[in-house]
Amino acid sequence: MLEKRIIVCLDVREGRTTKGIRFRENVDVGDPVEMAALYYEGGVDELVFYDITASHEKRGIMIDVVRRVAGRIFIPFCVGGGIGSVEDMREALLAGAEKVSVNSQAVRNPAIIEEGASRFGRQCVVLGMDAKEDPAMPCGYRVFLNGGRVATGLDALEWARKAVALGAGEIVVNSMDADGTREGYEIRLTRMISEAVGVPVVASGGAGRPEHLVTVLTEGRADAALIASMVHYGEYTVRGIKDHLRAAGIPVRTA
Amino acid sequence: MKGRIAVVDYGAGNLRSVENALRFLKADFFVTARPRDLQDADGLVFPGVGEARAAMETLHDTGLDEGILGFIATGRQTLGICIGCQIALQRSEERDVACLGIVEGSARLFPGTSGLKVPHMGWNQVHFRPEDPLFQGIPQDASFYFVHSYYPAPAREEDAVAWTDYGIRFVSAIRKGHFAAVQFHPEKSGPYGLRLLANFLEQVR
Repeated sequence: MLEKRIIVCLDVREGRTTKGIRFRENVDVGDPVEMAALYYEGGVDELVFYDITASHEKRGIMIDVVRRVAGRIFIPFCVGGGIGSVEDMREALLAGAEKVSVNSQAVRNPAIIEEGASRFGRQCVVLGMDAKEDPAMPCGYRVFLNGGRVATGLDALEWARKAVALGAGEIVVNSMDADGTREGYEIRLTRMISEAVGVPVVASGGAGRPEHLVTVLTEGRADAALIASMVHYGEYTVRGIKDHLRAAGIPVRTA
Repeated sequence: MKGRIAVVDYGAGNLRSVENALRFLKADFFVTARPRDLQDADGLVFPGVGEARAAMETLHDTGLDEGILGFIATGRQTLGICIGCQIALQRSEERDVACLGIVEGSARLFPGTSGLKVPHMGWNQVHFRPEDPLFQGIPQDASFYFVHSYYPAPAREEDAVAWTDYGIRFVSAIRKGHFAAVQFHPEKSGPYGLRLLANFLEQVR
């Protein structure tokens, strides 16, 4: 039976990771390739590299990171952040990424999902979505852009359905209400999206303890759970979290 | 020197990850789209993601279909991956296309029933025949990474060497003599995937 995935997210700015400073001894913790290798050896199922480089001129650095990561780890990984065109997608995929993720760019230009899916296959195209509770919206959640700074008129459920119809092969549902709280994922939102679409849903935002992953992977119907700070500062390990999930009866990969 | 691998490039998706894994394993390999180059190889890797009909059309247009069949006929080791596993069968239900017919049977679409998401994407367990050389040193029921909507359905049970459950129990690896193919992606399946590729390299040597 298909296993639930644990995905670790690494933020990268100008080729350096921005979190996990106290990660481990003897390792250049600012190097995304070294961090990726550590998580790979630690049994993570997938990685996401989120490029937060502000300057457009320095975006090329990320492609070099992707290329080096691909030569070092042999699990799927996704690149997001700087993907604004089909050409950006092609570059990241050719450099060795398994998937690319689009968020604000897809809201502004939904055709990028369709073009990406038809050129590279829908399994490569991930929709990232930042949603916030809003009773004014039909489903109760509104889509935001630019990491939550700009509100849109989009209903989260409607946008998820539309993105899948356009060709998105996976949706990362990031709850802005839960993000940063470390008090658990937004279960209602995750479940609503997961039950409405025929593609895998990755829960994001709010993970603080292994129980949170248990809840979102069962009640929340998520196919995968994204984590970052839980493991970046050494508080938990991927293996430890997986032991917890296994004990709760959730199928996860042994590695 | 023996052990030279040809990686067939027939435009079916991205070969980068297969190349990366072979490089990591220090394999002696080259990538080619020309049938005549296959003569120089001791083993063949036949990867790919994408779509069966498009893959078959490209193989046919380039003459690689005959090249691959000729290579296999010489008794040299061949490993198909993903779409390379599906088109080894006689037909694929994907836009109903005739395939290479190395193994009897067809590639079928997963029934989108019982709430299972298609494509089947992610890590899933592989239960294999313990005697198969590809799986030596790998724990029984180890997980491998899958991304596919169609699955191999060989006509004869003896051509199956591994099975996976996804709503239905499907065949996730096939073998006919020196030809083997896996539906999952060993190049993206962590240390056990690398071990499977290393086992293949060992067979070629």
